[in-house]
Amino acid sequence: MEKRVTFRGWLLPLLLIAPQVIISAVFFFYPAGQAIWQSLFIPDPFGLSMQYVGLGNFEFLLSDPFYRASFVTTAIFSILVTLCSMIPALFLAVLADRLIKGSGVYRTLLIWPYAVAPAVAGVLWLFMFNTRVGVISWYLGQLGYDWNHVLNGGEAMGLVVVASAWGRISYNFLFFFAALQAVPKSVIEAAAIDGARFWRRFWTIVLPLLSPTTFFLLVVNIVYAFFETFGVIHTITAGGPQQTTTILVYKVFSDGFVGQDLGSSSAQSVILLIVVGLLTVVQFKFIEKRVHY
Amino acid sequence: MAREIHGMVEKRGAGLWLTHVFMILGVLVIFFPIWLAFVASTVTQADIIRPPMPVWPGDQFWTNYKNALFSGVNVPVGTMLMNSLIMAIGIAFGKIVISLLSAFAIVYFKFPGRSVFFWLIFLTLMLPVEVRIVPTFEVVASFGMLNSYSGLIFPLIASATATFLFRQFFLTIPDELAEAARVDGARPMRFFWDIVVPMSRTNIAALFVILFIYGWNQYLWPLLITTDPEMNTIVMGIKQMFPSGDDFAHWPTIMATSILAMIPPVIVVVGMQRLFIRGLVDSEK
Repeated sequence: MEKRVTFRGWLLPLLLIAPQVIISAVFFFYPAGQAIWQSLFIPDPFGLSMQYVGLGNFEFLLSDPFYRASFVTTAIFSILVTLCSMIPALFLAVLADRLIKGSGVYRTLLIWPYAVAPAVAGVLWLFMFNTRVGVISWYLGQLGYDWNHVLNGGEAMGLVVVASAWGRISYNFLFFFAALQAVPKSVIEAAAIDGARFWRRFWTIVLPLLSPTTFFLLVVNIVYAFFETFGVIHTITAGGPQQTTTILVYKVFSDGFVGQDLGSSSAQSVILLIVVGLLTVVQFKFIEKRVHY
Repeated sequence: MAREIHGMVEKRGAGLWLTHVFMILGVLVIFFPIWLAFVASTVTQADIIRPPMPVWPGDQFWTNYKNALFSGVNVPVGTMLMNSLIMAIGIAFGKIVISLLSAFAIVYFKFPGRSVFFWLIFLTLMLPVEVRIVPTFEVVASFGMLNSYSGLIFPLIASATATFLFRQFFLTIPDELAEAARVDGARPMRFFWDIVVPMSRTNIAALFVILFIYGWNQYLWPLLITTDPEMNTIVMGIKQMFPSGDDFAHWPTIMATSILAMIPPVIVVVGMQRLFIRGLVDSEK
């Protein structure tokens, strides 16, 4: 889309666009280029020189069982976070949609967790499940279940999933609620007159009509689980135990900053870059579809 | 019990009643972690380290909050709050200003290289800071911007979402307005200030809400570049309050800090709910 009416001149627009271009160049394109460049080298142990290794870093990474495990961990983690945040959100949105009065009050209360930073959410959940003082872990202990996410990888994964999904419920709720409100009431009424019960109406009419929103949220939540959950993992498990909660973004951090392995960390950045690119393409493809819908 | 079962037959009333019950249950479950944090911030350490901790607030509210705000663990939480506030406002304000300007240039001018710039900006949509941390850290370090507000702010305003939003909006501004401005001999910047900016007021406000929360909730970036506790932001500073060894963390202070860390964004989200929802929907389109 273009404007028919435009102003003349070329200096002024260049000046106007300059701040954004300069900031993007310095803090975005240069570092991204550096990541790609560094991914082709291995620094010597003293950090004095770099040795060109071509795609060696990538070959090494892809054959590294820890890195492969991190891929699987990320996949499991993102799928679980997406499901655990979307299903309760849809349930609550359906309930709120049935209410004629009072849905505003519930909405106000339900959007709270969205404002809570992932890292703070991590601390709140860590507190409830802390092995020494946690309320929930204590009650689990009373019931004979010995909760210990510090040693048990499955429990650690469960905890970071729930803590990550928690704030996301608010976000998904808002989108599902808006989509439900937009479903034409006449369609629902027609089905009701034809004798379709609530659940039948929900499965055959409402859910299909929600599919654009559902698909959109699937993509957005996966992106969230990939890139924005670092705070949760760093506060609760720091990637442990035995790397069972080390997702890809966490590994870039732990290898690059803690392990000081620049070549590998850069190669991981490049792989993530490709993943983000693919997700963005999927997202844009979908948005095109939604416009036609 | 009998009445409830009887009520189920009358579809409407009982259904509505059940809906409220489920809704309230949902809200309680979702609120539980926040409630527990609040309770923990009002009791003594002794109440917490002998589980189970109480479920109702104690009488240590003022003591704990005063202790957190003015002493903290490594640094007073008041300082961290201030740092977070500067960072969040800086990011929101900076992003809005540079995006307004560049979107105006892209929409209202035809100049050499316009489409190249457009695509360059578009590319920045794709790469979150988490992915390019090591080289970005090196750039910031080489500028001597570690432990500074500009180091906290600038790398996070290099993103294109806001530019795209404003571009979309500017395209909907009727051409007649620009035409009239041109006929009147108004300069482009005058048109920008007198027409474009006032018309974008709601979009600016909605975006501000979203960007403020985005900036406030940043974790990884401040964690990397603020090694001086005086520069810690509150969201990243909470983790620094945990002792490294086997000692008990001082939970009342940590929980008071957690509550303090969520108050500003919660006020923004709940207080400006309509703008917030609008911003959320706009920025995801």
